[in-house]
Amino acid sequence: MSHPAQPVTHTTARADVIIVGGGLMGAATAFFARQQGLSVILLERDLVGQYASGTNFGNVRRQGRFLPQLPLANRSRAIWGDLPRLIGENVEFLPSGHVRVAFKSEDSARLEKYAQDCKPYGLELELYSGRKAVERFPMLAPDVDCASFSPLDGHANPRLAAPAFGRAARRAGATVLEGAEVSHITRSTEDFVVETTKGQRFTAPLLQISSGAWGQKMAAAFGENLPLTPKAPQMGVTEPVPYRIHPVIGYASWVEEEGVYLRQVERGNIVFGGGLRGTVDLAAKRAYLNPLNTVRQMPHLERILPDFARLRVIRTWTGIEGYTDDDLPVMGPSARVPGLYYAFGFCGHGFQLGPGVGATMADLLATGKTEIPLAPFNIARFLAPAVL
Amino acid sequence: MDKPVVIVVGAGPAGTRAAQTLAQAGLRPVVLDENRQQGGQIYRRQPENFVRPATKLYGASARSATALHTAFADLLPHIDYRPETLAWGVVDQQLLIEHKQRVEAIAYDALIIATGATDRIMPCPGWTLPGVFTLGGAQIALKAQACAIGSAPVFMGTGPLLYLVAWQYLKAGVKPRAVLDTSSLKTRINGLRGLRHRPAILAQGVRYMADLMRSGVPLHTGIQPVRIQEQEEADGLRVRGVTWRNSRGQLRHTVGDAVGMGYGLRSETQLADLLKCDFAFDPTSRQWLPVTDEDGATSQPGVYTAGDGAGIRGADGAEYAGALAALRCLADMGHTVATQDMARLRKALEPMNAFRHGLETGFPWPWRNAASLPDETVICRCENVTAGDIRRAADALDAPELNRAKAFVRVGMGRCQGRMCGLAGAEILAAARKMPIEQAGRIRSAAPIKPLPAKIRGIMT
Amino acid sequence: MKGLFRRVSETQRSPITITVDGQPVTALEGDTVLTAVLLAGGQLRHNEFDGKPRAGFCLMGACQDCRVWTEDGDELRACSTPATPGLRIVTAEVPWTSQ
Repeated sequence: MSHPAQPVTHTTARADVIIVGGGLMGAATAFFARQQGLSVILLERDLVGQYASGTNFGNVRRQGRFLPQLPLANRSRAIWGDLPRLIGENVEFLPSGHVRVAFKSEDSARLEKYAQDCKPYGLELELYSGRKAVERFPMLAPDVDCASFSPLDGHANPRLAAPAFGRAARRAGATVLEGAEVSHITRSTEDFVVETTKGQRFTAPLLQISSGAWGQKMAAAFGENLPLTPKAPQMGVTEPVPYRIHPVIGYASWVEEEGVYLRQVERGNIVFGGGLRGTVDLAAKRAYLNPLNTVRQMPHLERILPDFARLRVIRTWTGIEGYTDDDLPVMGPSARVPGLYYAFGFCGHGFQLGPGVGATMADLLATGKTEIPLAPFNIARFLAPAVL
Repeated sequence: MDKPVVIVVGAGPAGTRAAQTLAQAGLRPVVLDENRQQGGQIYRRQPENFVRPATKLYGASARSATALHTAFADLLPHIDYRPETLAWGVVDQQLLIEHKQRVEAIAYDALIIATGATDRIMPCPGWTLPGVFTLGGAQIALKAQACAIGSAPVFMGTGPLLYLVAWQYLKAGVKPRAVLDTSSLKTRINGLRGLRHRPAILAQGVRYMADLMRSGVPLHTGIQPVRIQEQEEADGLRVRGVTWRNSRGQLRHTVGDAVGMGYGLRSETQLADLLKCDFAFDPTSRQWLPVTDEDGATSQPGVYTAGDGAGIRGADGAEYAGALAALRCLADMGHTVATQDMARLRKALEPMNAFRHGLETGFPWPWRNAASLPDETVICRCENVTAGDIRRAADALDAPELNRAKAFVRVGMGRCQGRMCGLAGAEILAAARKMPIEQAGRIRSAAPIKPLPAKIRGIMT
Repeated sequence: MKGLFRRVSETQRSPITITVDGQPVTALEGDTVLTAVLLAGGQLRHNEFDGKPRAGFCLMGACQDCRVWTEDGDELRACSTPATPGLRIVTAEVPWTSQ
């Protein structure tokens, strides 16, 4: 490994790469970039993993993803499995499987098709129809039409994951600064110059924007405009009950309100999410949960897991997530500015990808290339040909 | 035009007087109460088939209690009263309520929050044992169930409720083994400047202490709790007594089979939080409270607080504050209200503000004890989070404030949403990071502010 | 088995019987579930995480540490639920999916 970034005891520092945004993507990139020998400065406006990375559902799910994203998801899954060793902290990753359940034949047909289509990507799913589904997963509603089981997927604790990566990055020599809000980014002949509202000034030849829902504004500053809608996915949790629901369970429906999911943590609480989303005030950095949407989640959660109705909801929360128009992230090199990289806008499905995004972005930052196909996620897809 | 909808949350002294004032102005307020019967905690009623007279139940406050109960009975035809109803969430100028697993959204024009307070808790080793209750809980057992929490209770904590409950137990024929007060005589003398603003209440307190002493109940001041001791009995763990240090630091032990504990009161502020009211740190009580003006108007238009839910001024203060908040609410909605009535109520509340300051000075929250709690002490009794867990969040995990510590180690994450542990948790975090307590912040409230059945079905209005 | 609570008055009410973890418990009309259980025994429930006994704490619906369940699986806050004749509760574990 090369030298770590110069210590930030003063108000300026230089490194190989500056990462703006300390969510899971930025924190994991900082960690893996150090592994690649780069010196790293990670600038987080508030606290590492405080927004979408810390408030999401915690799904470590591959099945159901956009197929060309599976190589990235597979790489990430391998890292999840290596986690306590790799970063020295347990983030409660539980590879207890993930099951998607359908009640309508057209939804079942989609599950069946996906189970075929994902095979070339190395994802093996088990399909159970009708009575067999309930025999395999007796906690499910008796009228399940089809259950698609991904045995190696699972879930983890989002409150712990990004901060753990941030601490691991720091231990590996990265400069991780919390409370460092970027006010201004310019590009000199050889370096990006990043200034914070506190008057700090950082320079590096490489820059990664991984600032989630706020990434749109930063990309726009480099002339790359894309539609990114901030939304507030709604989560909640029940009181603790004996640990008996092992796989994550998701409702495979293309009706937005029905799209709920749940997982039981080993302590016993059932975490749930999905369905209708709340609203966001991006400037105030606040997401607003609509408690009526929580009420609307209940019958659909009961639909997939009838015993859910016996429980009590003890808390709800939401976070600020950026959604692109095609529901795919912005990931990879800038289309216009050499040395500039993006990893943001993960549309509510970024948690599983986080470690893989970190490793893949570190490839790009260190070598300019990666074996993971990223073309579908390039920001160029949003830009008018004239801009390019 | 339809009459405006004003919702009063809570039917204790503040909520009742607020509702009465609104009804007198021709409105028909919605009154929500989690309890089955009106009265709040202080004037909590006994079940209908109990026969003790009010004088026995409420002692010196019997007249106030009866007056409040009667006023409410007279009010019933003029209000939309919803007992056993939880207000649990807020969205778009609608209050979400739950009653017997049915959810309703009530659109409101104004909201008066009169949600009261609970005991403020400083945990100590052993406080989760069966037989340890809050002072308020010990009092409710006696008042509403005609039961004592044990045969030989020890009362520990500070504040006027400590002596009142001990005295009520004595009068009920259950002699307390000791009253252990963390406040010293010296701080109490400092508090006198404020306390003398309500001489009658002060005299009552002195009388309770005198009666207890005359009956041979030891009253110890300036103590530090060490541990509530346990013993294993055939059917499980029981309280064996309390180990404490006296004002000279010597270890002492009081044998007893139950403990009532409490250190003043903590306002129920969750609804104000969900309504996005501004909060400010109150250095006197070391609590975060909704910012209000003297009438109870919060930073949010149409949202008012009254009673102990926004700072502790006691039952009489709550009655005045309820009426005042309602008058202010009416005035803000364009009703003509008698300004002299508002002036009179503001005037009546003045000595109570001074008295409140005297209470906090004379019977302070023993915040320094938090730093010395052993690591293994359970702080969050829902999630079983210990003082050591919070210190690990502060140090190894670098949590700069309470919500970050909650995210890391689950303090305040359980069923009660930090009601019991939040204040002590903040003190432990602040002590571990050697920072001022206000920097530790406060646990953010989230809907549902109390557990909500998943079986709920909605009437969406 | 000695109860935690002790009655001090109001003993002239009609007796009723509820069932706690399969055992009959005699209470008086007007008792809460918590009162009934703590007059008969020394604890109400167990904490989910250390398994140690609990017996409620605040008695006013704030601490949520007195939750028990009917045999049908409905949850009750024992401090604020009246004991009614024939009520059957379990304190050991929420009746919850057996899978």
